[in-house]
Amino acid sequence: MTVHIMLFGQLTDITGVDKITVENCLDTDSMVTSLQNTYPALIQSTFVIAVDKKIISSNTSLTDQCTVALLPPFSGG
Amino acid sequence: MKDETPSYERYQRQILLKGFGLEGQHKLLQAKVLVIGAGGLGCPALQYLAAAGVGTIGIVDEDIVSITNLHRQILYTVNDIGLPKAFIAKERLAKLNPEITIVAYKERLTTSNALAIINEYDLVIDATDNFSSRYLINDACVLLNKPIVYGAVSQFEGQVAILNYHSTISTASANYRDLFPKPPIDGEVLNCAEAGVLGVLPGIIGSMQASETIKLITGIGKPLINTVLTYHSLTNQLYEIEIVANSSTRSLLPANEADFIKMDYDWFCASKNNKFEIDIENFNKIANTADVEIIDVRELGETPLLNDINYYQIPLSQFKENIAAIKKEKIVVFCQSGKRSLQAAHILFDTFGNKKIIYSLKGGITEWFKNKSTEKR
Repeated sequence: MTVHIMLFGQLTDITGVDKITVENCLDTDSMVTSLQNTYPALIQSTFVIAVDKKIISSNTSLTDQCTVALLPPFSGG
Repeated sequence: MKDETPSYERYQRQILLKGFGLEGQHKLLQAKVLVIGAGGLGCPALQYLAAAGVGTIGIVDEDIVSITNLHRQILYTVNDIGLPKAFIAKERLAKLNPEITIVAYKERLTTSNALAIINEYDLVIDATDNFSSRYLINDACVLLNKPIVYGAVSQFEGQVAILNYHSTISTASANYRDLFPKPPIDGEVLNCAEAGVLGVLPGIIGSMQASETIKLITGIGKPLINTVLTYHSLTNQLYEIEIVANSSTRSLLPANEADFIKMDYDWFCASKNNKFEIDIENFNKIANTADVEIIDVRELGETPLLNDINYYQIPLSQFKENIAAIKKEKIVVFCQSGKRSLQAAHILFDTFGNKKIIYSLKGGITEWFKNKSTEKR
């Protein structure tokens, strides 16, 4: 099962890329844990998660080929 | 809108538009829009709204013009440096369109004045540059039932959304707390002064805020209601995300006006920091003593470097993995402005707790150099 992850803003400073593909993540919680294992600095980061372009507020199951976006807050103006 | 019959000649090219017409122009002339922040986002938003003929425009900004504003805050000139943005913006906009009413508020929006000011307007444009104002504006607008046209930028990316808009079609209106329920740790998200911003980016995002405002007022098109649009200026990537109103975030909002007035948004957005911060004077006292480890947490290659102090580098992006090696009892972390170093201080505290004394240099290198140059004088 393949999940496409899109990263925005300062999160890409941590990962160095704005797109990541992960395999075998059944839900958003396990996906975040797996990302944090690869990029420990993400543990300190604040972001919201959108699954297929819709913001979620609790653990959500993922499906094959779905897109998950991690969006951090921006303050600049 | 002033009493005399307005000249519609200046609006001819937009009145021509299908779906806009005279009716759209009347709606704009009757509208009252409050723009909070007359900076990078506020300048273009104000210019386009004034030019389009929004009948009453309020401008809230307590700041004065500085030279570092000029690359993106295009209402101002070098002659305005040191002068209040709200007054200068009003003067420029009045020259652009003398037929509309412009109100300047040279003050910081606080829990004491926000409700009274916002209540005078139909719609609020959040063009601020800090989280504490963004949460304050959101909570005030939820209480007063006013829509917010939100915009924010960081480096090369921007976000635009319409929040707290109650329409008959959509089920529930989402607000800023449904998008970002809690503020980041102070120092985690960099502002324009720390992270930098391409001047044209707030120009684009602020113009989009003006465009969404005009769409909302005139009822044309499909505005970004309950939707955040992200824009990346380097790749031209646009991405829309639906914001879902969440009942659990309701409990985070002040329940009524009395609760709102009691809120401390600066504390809410910046708690737990002060215990780490050390000012320049105290830093200089301990800087070259034996038991202090001084660490630059900026990324490799960032300048300026410090010459007369011994320190080494652990970039924030690799910080957590490399701090076990720190042996000394006292640690001072620093960065450009003191924001990233605060984040580093939190990471140190998570690891060492009270076993080590942890400091973050307040104001960072920028402040240190400023202090050094005044000493020389």
